[in-house]
Amino acid sequence: MEKEAIIRFERVTKIYDGQVVLDDISFDIERGKFYTLLGPSGCGKTTILRLIAGFTEPTEGTIYFHGKPVNHIPANKRQVNTVFQDYALFPHLNVFENVAFGLRIKKKKQAEIREKVMEALRFVNLEGYENRSVQEMSGGQRQRVAIARAIVNEPEVLLLDEPLSALDLKLRTEMQYELRELQRRLGITFIFVTHDQEEALAMSDQIFVLNKGKIQQSGTPKEIYDEPVNRFVADFIGESNILRGVMLKDYLVEFAGKRFMCVDKGFRPNEPVDVVIRPEDLQITTRAQGKLQVRVDSQLFRGVHYELCCYDEDGNEWLVHSTKKAEVGEEIGLYFDPEAIHVMRISEEDGEKIDEN
Amino acid sequence: MKTSIRNVYLLPYVVWIGIFVVAPILLIVYYSFFDIEGKWTLSNYKMFFTPIYLKMAASSVWYALLVTFFSLLIAYPAAYALTKTKHKQLWLLFLILPTWVNLLLKVYAFLGIFGTYGLANAILAAVGIGPKQILFTDFSFVFVSVYIFIPFMLLPIFNALEELNPSLVDAARDLGASAWTTFRRVVFPLTLDGVKAGCQAVFIPSLSLFMITRLIAGNRVITLGTAIEEHFLVTQNWGMGSTIAVFLIIAMAAVVAVTGNRKRG
Repeated sequence: MEKEAIIRFERVTKIYDGQVVLDDISFDIERGKFYTLLGPSGCGKTTILRLIAGFTEPTEGTIYFHGKPVNHIPANKRQVNTVFQDYALFPHLNVFENVAFGLRIKKKKQAEIREKVMEALRFVNLEGYENRSVQEMSGGQRQRVAIARAIVNEPEVLLLDEPLSALDLKLRTEMQYELRELQRRLGITFIFVTHDQEEALAMSDQIFVLNKGKIQQSGTPKEIYDEPVNRFVADFIGESNILRGVMLKDYLVEFAGKRFMCVDKGFRPNEPVDVVIRPEDLQITTRAQGKLQVRVDSQLFRGVHYELCCYDEDGNEWLVHSTKKAEVGEEIGLYFDPEAIHVMRISEEDGEKIDEN
Repeated sequence: MKTSIRNVYLLPYVVWIGIFVVAPILLIVYYSFFDIEGKWTLSNYKMFFTPIYLKMAASSVWYALLVTFFSLLIAYPAAYALTKTKHKQLWLLFLILPTWVNLLLKVYAFLGIFGTYGLANAILAAVGIGPKQILFTDFSFVFVSVYIFIPFMLLPIFNALEELNPSLVDAARDLGASAWTTFRRVVFPLTLDGVKAGCQAVFIPSLSLFMITRLIAGNRVITLGTAIEEHFLVTQNWGMGSTIAVFLIIAMAAVVAVTGNRKRG
């Protein structure tokens, strides 16, 4: 597959009513990949989508489509289509006419419209629903109509604005599989907006983690999960234990009052750092064998594992996911591999509290 | 038990409707079968189907249509623009404000403005067109009526536009529709209920206008409204007046039936 950027953001800033929503953002979107814009509400992810769709113009910077600036090109002249958060189906039209809307505007022939609409409905498993009123359909079905209405126009890029947020958990998981599968079959670029990190990890080729109008990190789900670049990303993606520490020298880090071997290097000697250990990387063992000695404060059964909340002698909280059961109040040891430790530079942002999600 | 309590709550309204709506209508129908001498007759109905009254009815309908049409023409864009402004409630208030002024006052004000020595003629003279007869013309009648009725057209349309989900407009644009196509295929169809309600609120009362007709149009425009007034107050032919009123009621019911089948979305 050619590595051509369909969409390029170059130093894009968006200011609404004096408020900086997007702050000097640059990125490339390639053909045929599944992208996710992930972040807490108000991080600017939906604004990026609206900029791509053409509903709003950047305050500064340039957006390119296939190398051509499109800042002033209105939404109806762009080769992208959107699946809206509330689906935005036209209530006065039936399913067929909703899906046919874009084709009718392009003045396609009746026979061609019929064929394409039916094909799109088949694609989203809604055969036989074409004469239904959209009002009498369930959330999941509306969702599919919205997707059919978008893909029938054969866009190069499909934008999805939190399309699963209104669905219940089971349906949401189902739709995650379906969307991923749909993207593979269509081979077009999907840009998916969500605040749900699990959704993002499960579906994406590439994730942009956003906070406060800036891209905090971009990478594959694995990179984002295993190698978060800062405290915000580590905290937002999955559950994690984040502690302040000091990088004494390469491969040696100090935190929680102890020194540990690690696999990170390239820091200044004695550089203050943030240390991340994922709860599933901590193993319960005896006090003697553990690298850390903690006391179990509470325990929840989560189905696939127990979630333990423990405290060490310094009062640091340790979240542990373990298939082994422990007793509340029990003194246990925690063991982990050097690879489980992930050391991060402290960014300027980290001076502030990280509790906005 | 529950329904009986509800019926008790309904009672004042039912009594009110009975005395002030149902009874008068029945009385009108009753009177329409008596001639000026007080004898039972069908001649009033026969009379209504003579060219004089049919022409009057036609002109009433025609003027009501004109008033409704121009009100809609002005009110829809105004309501649309209004939903886009920042302080829409305030602007809406300004547009509704004229309804707080007594109708008669407003009409008299127009007598002054449109009169031979009024503001309108002064302006016409200033631009060199010279003074014209404005008062007692079709134009002034329709103009003043439209002015009076615009708020009644504007409000339901404004509400319908406010209820419209803005992401539907985004969706239409996203699917390639120009601004005009978006309006034609999405915005207008979805605000049609408001338009219908507004048209009812304007068309029905303008069918039976008589005060504006008398004052602004003089004898130039004779409608069913003025005819009823004439029969009741001048010729004292209550029977004929009632007959015309019966036809007006039928016409209004027909309008409601045609425009009123609203489906809630």
